[in-house]
Amino acid sequence: MLKKIFRSQFGPLIALIVIFVLFTVADLIWSEGYFSSTRNMRVMMSSASLIAVPAFGMTIIIIAAGIDLSAGTALTLCGTVLALQLKNSAVAASDPAFLSVIMIGLLLMIGTGCLCGFVNGLLISATKVVPFIVTLGTMTIFLGIGQIIASESTVYAPRENIPDWLRFLCYTGPIDDNYLISGLKVPASVLIAILLAAAVGLLMRYTVFGRNIFAIGSSESTARLCGINVPMTLVAVYTLAGFFVAIGGLLYFADVKNGNPSDGTGKELEIIAAVVLGGGSLSGGRGSILGTMVGALIITVIRSGCSQLSIPNTYTHIIIGGIIIIAVIVDQLRHGSPEWFFRILRQV
Amino acid sequence: MSAPLLEVQGISKRFGPTVALDHVSLTVREGEVLALIGENGAGKSTLLKVLSGAHLADAGSMQILGQPYRPHGPHDAREQGVAMIYQELNLAPDLSVEDNILLGHPGTGGGLLIRGNQRARVRDALDAVGLHDLNPRAIVAEQSVATQQLIEISRALASEARIVLFDEPTSSLPQKDVARLFEIIRRLRGQGLGIVYISHFLEEVREVSDSYSVLRDGRTVGSGRIDDIADTQIVSLMVGRDVNDLYPRVPHEPGEDWVAVDGLVSSPYDAPQSSAISVALRRGEIFGVAGLVGAGRTELLRAVFGLDHTDRGTVTVDGNLVGASVRKRMNAGFGLLSEDRKNEGLAQDLTIIENLTLSGLDQYTRFGFIGLRRRDQAAADWMKKVEVKAHSGRQSVSELSGGNQQKVAIARILHQCADILLLDEPTKGIDVGTKAEIYRMMGQLAAEGKTVVFVSSYLPELLSVCDRVGVMSRGEMREVRDASQWTEDDVMASAIALEETNSTTT
Repeated sequence: MLKKIFRSQFGPLIALIVIFVLFTVADLIWSEGYFSSTRNMRVMMSSASLIAVPAFGMTIIIIAAGIDLSAGTALTLCGTVLALQLKNSAVAASDPAFLSVIMIGLLLMIGTGCLCGFVNGLLISATKVVPFIVTLGTMTIFLGIGQIIASESTVYAPRENIPDWLRFLCYTGPIDDNYLISGLKVPASVLIAILLAAAVGLLMRYTVFGRNIFAIGSSESTARLCGINVPMTLVAVYTLAGFFVAIGGLLYFADVKNGNPSDGTGKELEIIAAVVLGGGSLSGGRGSILGTMVGALIITVIRSGCSQLSIPNTYTHIIIGGIIIIAVIVDQLRHGSPEWFFRILRQV
Repeated sequence: MSAPLLEVQGISKRFGPTVALDHVSLTVREGEVLALIGENGAGKSTLLKVLSGAHLADAGSMQILGQPYRPHGPHDAREQGVAMIYQELNLAPDLSVEDNILLGHPGTGGGLLIRGNQRARVRDALDAVGLHDLNPRAIVAEQSVATQQLIEISRALASEARIVLFDEPTSSLPQKDVARLFEIIRRLRGQGLGIVYISHFLEEVREVSDSYSVLRDGRTVGSGRIDDIADTQIVSLMVGRDVNDLYPRVPHEPGEDWVAVDGLVSSPYDAPQSSAISVALRRGEIFGVAGLVGAGRTELLRAVFGLDHTDRGTVTVDGNLVGASVRKRMNAGFGLLSEDRKNEGLAQDLTIIENLTLSGLDQYTRFGFIGLRRRDQAAADWMKKVEVKAHSGRQSVSELSGGNQQKVAIARILHQCADILLLDEPTKGIDVGTKAEIYRMMGQLAAEGKTVVFVSSYLPELLSVCDRVGVMSRGEMREVRDASQWTEDDVMASAIALEETNSTTT
C-alpha cells in the first residue's frame, strides 16, 4: 500500500500538501497565522504562475530531452521589449489610439520570445551541439541584447501608459473591481496559467505532435526510424517554449511594472527546478504539465512560508536547494534505483 | 507466374574505399522465408539497411510486385510495405505500447490523437503476434525483452507490412520465446508475407526458412532451397574454404581443484531468495555453464567477480579466502567478460589501446603517470596475439566489427593477467570463423593452466568445447557432469524440467 502511494504519479502533489501543512502549523504556532490566509494564498498562486508559465515551455523541452538555460534572460528581454514600447508611447492608456500601441507591444513581445526559442531550436537542430551549450551561449546573448535596447538600465514605463488590465494582471489585493472577473478574487495571472496549462496539457496528451515529443525524448533513434521529422519538431518545441517565455515576460512586467534585462539571470534555474520537482526527467521522455504546476507551487510555498517565519533569505536558498535534491532522489527511488536502498528496506 | 514479391538486382554499395555490397541479387516470393547467411562483415546488415531504406544503394534496382521500389528513408520503406525488426530493439521505452505501435502514423486526423478510436487497430496488431493479454496502455520499458520484440513486430504489422526483415531476432531471446517467434514467423508466412531472416545459427535457419542466400565479402556466393544443402556446405560457402572443424580443440589436461565457490547466495532485491551455489574449478579446465536465459548464469559470474552484492557464501583461490570486492577478486586472478559488450564490456568511444589496457594500467604507471609508449607497445603485442583486425590501435572500438570487439575485450582480461576467466556469452553475435578462433584461444588458455568459465546458450559449442558442463536453473546449479556425459536433450531436460523435482525436494 505504502509502496503504491510511493510509486504513484501524485508524489509531487503529496509533497506540496505536506510542505503546506507544515508551514501552516509552524506559522500558527510561531507567527501571526498570515501564511494560510486567503490573501497570502492569492499572492502565492500569483507568484507561482510567474514561474509556472515559462516552466510549461521548459517542460516540453525537457520531455524532448533538451534544456533551455536562456529562458531566464529571454523572459526579461520580452518584458523589457514591452516596457520600452509602453514607455515610448506617444499617447496615454486612456486614449483610443493606445490600442494599436499595446497590440504592437504584445506582438513584439511574443515575437521576441518565439524568435529566441526559434534561434535556440534552429542552432540545436542544425548543428547537433548539445542544448546545454547552445542555450548557455544564447543566455548571455539575450542578456546582452536586452541591455543594449534598455541602454544598460531599467526601463520604467510611466504609470499613465500602463493600461488597467495590465497593471492589475498580478493584483492580489482586497479591491473586488481590480480583478479580471470582479467578484471572483483570483488573480488574472493565475487564470492565464490555468488556461495555458489546460491547452498545453491537451496538446501533449491528445495530439500527434505531443506524442512525437515524448518519443523523441524517450528514444531519438526510434523517433527518426518511425518517420518523425526530429529537427523540425525540435525547432517547433523550442519556438513554442519561446511563446511561454514571452507570456512569462508579460506577467513579469505586470508584477514589477518595469523591465530590467539583468533580472532574468538565475530565473532559468527556478524554472527548471519547477519542472524537476514536478517529476520531469532531464534524460527526457518523462514530465507532466500538472507536475510542473505543482513544482512551481512548492517553490513559492517554501519561499512565502520562510518569509512569514522570518527565516533569512540565505536559509531559504538552502532549504529550496535541499528540497530539489530530495525530490530528485525520491524520483530515483520511485523508479527502482539504487538497489542498496531496497536491500535495506527489505531487511527492516 | 506473377512477379515476385521482392526482387533485388545488382545492388552495390560502397563506404569510401570499402565495397560493402557488390552486385547482390535476391528474390523473395509471397509466403517465403529467405535466410540471409554470412559471416560478420559479409554485408548482410548493409543489405537489409538498403532494403529498409536506411542506406541508399549506389547501383542496382529493386522491385516490389514488379513496381520499382526505391525508398528514400526508413519511413518511406515502411509506407511501401517493408518493415525491419532491428537486432537492437527500437522502441521508445517511456511510451505506452499503443503509442509505440502507432508512432509515425498520422493520428486520427487534424493532428489529433484520440487513442480510443485506434485501439481496435492496436488490439489486432497485438493479437496477431499472440500478445492477447498485453494492455495497450502499459509502458514499454516494463515489458520483457521478448515481449518488446513482439511489440516491435506488431508495429510492423500495424503499418501493413508486406515484407518483414529480421536482423538476428533471436540473439537476445530465451529458448522458449524463440519457439514462439518461429511460430509467429510461420503464421506471417501463411498470410502471404515475404520474410528475410538473418541468423548466425544454422539449425535455426533450417527450422524456419524455405530458401537461403549466402553472402561473402559483399557478393552472393550461393542461393537455393534450404533443404538441398548441408550445414557444412553452407559454412564452406560462408568462409570461402572448407571448414572441417567448427570446434577446434587444443589438447589440455585439467589439473587439481584450486578455486572454490562455496554456498554463494546472491539475490536481487525483488527476486525470491535463490539457493546457494557451490562449484569447484580446476586448473587448466574449461567449465561450461548452461541454462535458460534468466537461470542465474550471468548473476553467478557477476557475484563471483564481486560485481553484484552477495548475501552469503565465500570464494577461495588456492585455499585463500578472497574478499567480495571487484578489486580483490581481480587481484586474486579473476577476469570477467561481460555479456553486454556494447554498454559494459568495452568503452566504445575509447581506442583499442585504451580499452585493452584499461584494467591493468598499474604495470606502466610510475608516480601516477602512465608510461604511454610502453603501454602502446604492450597493447600492440596483445592485438597481434589475439589477431584483432584493425588499421591501428588508435582506432576507436566502435568502428570494429562485433567479432573484433570481442577479441579486444578478451585481450583486456588476458592483459590484466587473469588466471580465472569468466566469459559470459563470448560468442554472441559472432560469425562462425571468429567463433572457432575464440574456441581455440580458450583451449590454449586451458593448456597454459588457466581456468575458463564459459557461459553460453548455444549447446553444441558448450558440449564440444568444455571439459565439464554445469546446468543452471532458477538460480540453482542443478547438475555438473563431464561434457562427454551430457547430451543436448539431457541439458535441456535438466534446465527446464525442474519445477516438479524442485517442489518434491523442498
